[in-house]
Amino acid sequence: MTPAEIRDAVLDILDTINPDEDLSSLDDEKEFRDQLDMDSMDFLDIVMELRKRYRVQVPEEDYDNLVSMNKTVAYLEPKMKDISA
Amino acid sequence: MPKDFLAGAKDEYDVIVIGSGLAGLTTANILGSAGYQVLLIEQHYKLGGMATWFKRPQGHVFDVSLHGFPFGMKKSCRRYWNQEIADRIIPLLGVRFDNPQFSLTTPYDRENFTELLTRHFGVEHQTVTQFFDAARNMNFYDEQQVTTGEFFEKFFPGRQDIIRLLMEPITYANGSTLEDPAITYGIVFSNFMSKGVYTFQGGTDMFIEMMHDELKRNNVDVRINCNANKINTRRGAVQSVQVNDRTIRCRSVVSNANLLTTIFKIVGEEVFDKDYIDEARNVRLNNSSTQVYMALGENDSIDPATGDLLFSSTADRFETDLLLSRDITSRTFSFYYPSTRPHANPRHLIVSSTNANWDDWVHLDDDGYKASKEELIDTTLTALEKYVPNARERIIFSEASTPRTFAHYTQHQNGASFGTKFEGLAVSRGLPEQIKGLYHAGSVGIIMSGWLGAINYGVIVSNDVDAQLM
Ligand SMILES: Cc1cc2nc3c(=O)[nH]c(=O)nc-3n(C[C@H](O)[C@H](O)[C@H](O)COP(=O)(O)OP(=O)(O)OC[C@H]3O[C@@H](n4cnc5c(N)ncnc54)[C@H](O)[C@@H]3O)c2cc1C
Repeated sequence: MTPAEIRDAVLDILDTINPDEDLSSLDDEKEFRDQLDMDSMDFLDIVMELRKRYRVQVPEEDYDNLVSMNKTVAYLEPKMKDISA
Repeated sequence: MPKDFLAGAKDEYDVIVIGSGLAGLTTANILGSAGYQVLLIEQHYKLGGMATWFKRPQGHVFDVSLHGFPFGMKKSCRRYWNQEIADRIIPLLGVRFDNPQFSLTTPYDRENFTELLTRHFGVEHQTVTQFFDAARNMNFYDEQQVTTGEFFEKFFPGRQDIIRLLMEPITYANGSTLEDPAITYGIVFSNFMSKGVYTFQGGTDMFIEMMHDELKRNNVDVRINCNANKINTRRGAVQSVQVNDRTIRCRSVVSNANLLTTIFKIVGEEVFDKDYIDEARNVRLNNSSTQVYMALGENDSIDPATGDLLFSSTADRFETDLLLSRDITSRTFSFYYPSTRPHANPRHLIVSSTNANWDDWVHLDDDGYKASKEELIDTTLTALEKYVPNARERIIFSEASTPRTFAHYTQHQNGASFGTKFEGLAVSRGLPEQIKGLYHAGSVGIIMSGWLGAINYGVIVSNDVDAQLM
């Protein structure tokens, strides 16, 4: 997957987790928490969905990487580059 | 021949979940829907654990732990159960306090509490904002040193009345005290304050039945009257569970039984590291409860202005010890109107709850126990008269439960209503590091208790199990 495809994949997961949230104006630089109504369970959901959909493991000590879209994509890139979109 | 409650059960599963409390049910559901072969066993004849109800003649159905939970339940039920369950979660509007320091009714949310604290209690607006933000932003890693009492003192020094307003409901919600780490308060209080107090329309029986249906859809093999006698391990990994008279193999075990029961009784301390066992021995259990269940006659009703949830006390000031004392001065009354169960006979019911110590109840002989229960009912009726005029004549049915009742039905040590104190969480999380494939999911550490805490902890542990099994 390319970074753009990974971004789409994360967006799709965010949409599943919070269907009521408008994601079109998401700022990739800013933290998710400051833009979306997200709590720690939502971040766990991202981890679970990544494993379910792409078999990507995110260990607990790496959860901090999932704070913003840019950081998430950068963290996932090496783990997902060999996955076909 | 006695009925075989394991008839047709397989000899091996991916996961065996021991206990059908809300954490156990949720873990089983998530792992079942992820495609694992899951066996859920419950020693009682009913699913739900503390999330339970019971029926009495004349159509009365009493809920044991449906007094209120935070809005977060709606999201957790939608995500990890289904939309139909989430849709039945509705707000409870009338939360009341009545004590010698103040009497008020509140929707119990941040907006209203800000108003109350500034107008009624005369606190600066800025202080209130800082307090709410500090409570909400409490970080798991750095707020363990400060106690809840110290946290309050920082914002509202010397204000016993404010502490009572802020603390009393939380003490009832999870047994936490002013001496517990502030983080336990901050998380739970902020959960409630985000949108107020909610309940499940349809009653606990409908809630658990809808969950059972969902478990079946996800192919979870659900068995009642099945006790886990022993978890067998081999070379540091789980191997099987002895259920009734069978031994069933599995790759993972999630125990929803009490943390200490799991370690010391179902597994056995000999298979753990000594340091871990020492840590486990130092885990304090949370307090237990007493309740009195009361019903009005078929044609009688409670004035809706009475509210839904009433924190009543005759004590001059708030003290944790007073809340636990057998000499009861503080009670939480839950008033249930026919809207609780729109599909059932219209009934008006009242459940009075108090926190209680196991030690105060365990040593009584049969006669003493019976007399104590009667006294509990009697003093409760007296206290209720203030809110439901002539309650004593109007209540046509009453019954009491005690720490012994809770211990009997759920096998929780000391009848603990809300698991363990904070230190239990680390021991619970450390279990899989001791024995591969062994997990605990159930009320623990104060923050992981209550309906929402138990469900969310079930989610967290499911994630760990899924990562291990994958
Ligand atoms: C009186 C009272 C009032 C409460 N009110 C509220 C409230 O208003 N709001 C709220 O959010 N929370 C409330 N709570 C707390 C809430 O009900 C609990 O925190 C929550 O339901 C606990 O869920 P759990 O998953 O920890 O499991 P539990 O409910 O503790 O269930 C554990 C299950 O495991 C089973 N089990 C144990 N050992 C074995 C074994 N060896 N083999 C098989 N099965 C076994 C037990 O039978 C039980 O079903 C209340 C609790 C009490 C006691």
